[in-house]
Amino acid sequence: MSNNQSSGSENWGTRIGVILAVAGSAVGLGNFLRFPGIAAQNGGGAFMLPYFISLLVLGIPLCWAEWTMGRYGGLRGFNSAPGIFSVLWRNPLAKYLGGVALLIPLVIYMYYVLIEAWCLGYAIDYLTGDLILGTGGSVDTLVESLRENSAVPLSDKQAASQAFAKYFGNFVGSGENGALLDPEHRSWLLILGMTFLINFVFIYRGISRGIETFCRFAMPLLVVLALVVLVRVLTLGTPDPAYPEQSVLGGLGFMWNPDFHKLADPQTWLAASGQIFFSLSVGFGIIINYASYLRRNDDVVLSGLCSSSMNEFFEVCLGGLITLPAAFIFLGAAAGEQGTFGLGFVALPNVFAMMHGGRLFGFLWFFMLFLAAITSSVSMLQPVIAFFEEGFGLKRHASAALLGILSAMGCGFVFYFSEDMLALDMFDFWVGSVLIFILALIQSIIYGWLFGIERGEREAHLGAHLRIPRFIQYMLKYVVPIYLMTILVAFCWEKLPSRTVDGEYHEGYIEMIATNRIALLSVVFIGAVLMFLLLLVRIAGKRWEAEGRFADLEPEGEFRK
Amino acid sequence: MNPAGWVVMLLSIGFVLSLASFCLYRVLRLPPVEVEEHLKGQLDIETGDRIDAD
Repeated sequence: MSNNQSSGSENWGTRIGVILAVAGSAVGLGNFLRFPGIAAQNGGGAFMLPYFISLLVLGIPLCWAEWTMGRYGGLRGFNSAPGIFSVLWRNPLAKYLGGVALLIPLVIYMYYVLIEAWCLGYAIDYLTGDLILGTGGSVDTLVESLRENSAVPLSDKQAASQAFAKYFGNFVGSGENGALLDPEHRSWLLILGMTFLINFVFIYRGISRGIETFCRFAMPLLVVLALVVLVRVLTLGTPDPAYPEQSVLGGLGFMWNPDFHKLADPQTWLAASGQIFFSLSVGFGIIINYASYLRRNDDVVLSGLCSSSMNEFFEVCLGGLITLPAAFIFLGAAAGEQGTFGLGFVALPNVFAMMHGGRLFGFLWFFMLFLAAITSSVSMLQPVIAFFEEGFGLKRHASAALLGILSAMGCGFVFYFSEDMLALDMFDFWVGSVLIFILALIQSIIYGWLFGIERGEREAHLGAHLRIPRFIQYMLKYVVPIYLMTILVAFCWEKLPSRTVDGEYHEGYIEMIATNRIALLSVVFIGAVLMFLLLLVRIAGKRWEAEGRFADLEPEGEFRK
Repeated sequence: MNPAGWVVMLLSIGFVLSLASFCLYRVLRLPPVEVEEHLKGQLDIETGDRIDAD
């Protein structure tokens, strides 16, 4: 194999294609739903100061490190994290650390595909009118039933608000475990099946013909859809003259007016770092896989910066101007009290119900979220499928089938244990939060201390169209691991133990596992998947050694002369 | 929306738009990968000449 090519089986077709694919992987529901809520709760405009500092100190340097390590491993014949880590650090332990980079995207996919199907389901319900008041759809039925059963008379706004919350609860089966298996949810099962299938079609078609081609169409379409919704939101004026403060400017003020006192609260800095981290998809094991399909002289510095800045465009310029301002215009300050799902699937349907053209804009909004989600979910499948192919020599159809079975089992678990969305929450906390901090920490140590910043700098600048300032390398070696460690410890300190804040009791994740069987089962399930993947990594590692895959590499990973 | 809100919003959006525009401009201005490889390849042509020009 030439050392100018990646593993040779697959490559990205174009420079802009890989940038759009990485940006597509990063752009998801978090940009539109998580970011505005977090910003408003942590000082509004003042939140942007720690946010941008985290972007420059933590996010972009880590992205560059991942891009560099990924291409380095790809040029040595590996596309999956266990192989790439083994090349970067010639130690038997390295491949097992790479196993974590398989677990994260796989487990996140298991619940993310469900959320993606909610978006598609809501988009379809807007098309059919089921989610529009006054069309005789399900929401109207819920409003009538709430009015009949309520002890006190409900205003139109209260009835609609409760009906949308109930609609969402029914939709996701949060009432009891197994609720989604009821006959009334058959159409929802079909939507989930379709979403699953769409993901696997793109994955089956491969990197260039599948993921890249899809992202080249989906990302521009995403921008157009978001701009259409943005223009609608910014031209809403003051819909209800009885509430003059609930206007476009009031909504923007709710999101952007700074409360500088919040900067003295460590929680604000923690929230900003966490948001940057989740938003850029750092530590997901995805960028390292995508970058492994680059050629030797493909740029990683400008491409990494470009994909990160595109993600920021979606988050700050679109997410920051659409979601919360729109919700505030119709719902007032109550909009800021919603969580991510509450804002997206309860508050915004309320908004569309009161807005002229709400049916069309509701459809466009949820279809846009669906597109944003699917560009992310396909990227979660690729690292695992790459591992099955290179670890066991499986053909694409066999590896896709194996991955399909594995991910369907996990998805079925979250689908069945739907009560209070506890299984989804447990998967999201332990894997989608804690483990990605750990993987990012592992990657920063591998890059800064084992691979070495001198080699990292040299590798990053191969074919680069932009230079990384020298001090970034020192930050990657010293600042980033300490910063990550601090965030991880603070995050666990805040979330793991139970605590009482302002007289309100918050159950910690440790207590949840100790007292709730579903929480325990979820953690056991994640552990079982990890064990299975580590076993596969062990077998694949033996196979690579037997095939002499590392024979032409020096102990430090360079090609033998 | 107070003046500080306007300033923060415009600065944040301005920064992100400038960064994204700069990156996209630089990327889209580059020649296609194949052309670029060809241009770089000129320096690596093996002439077979082993005699030192000096």
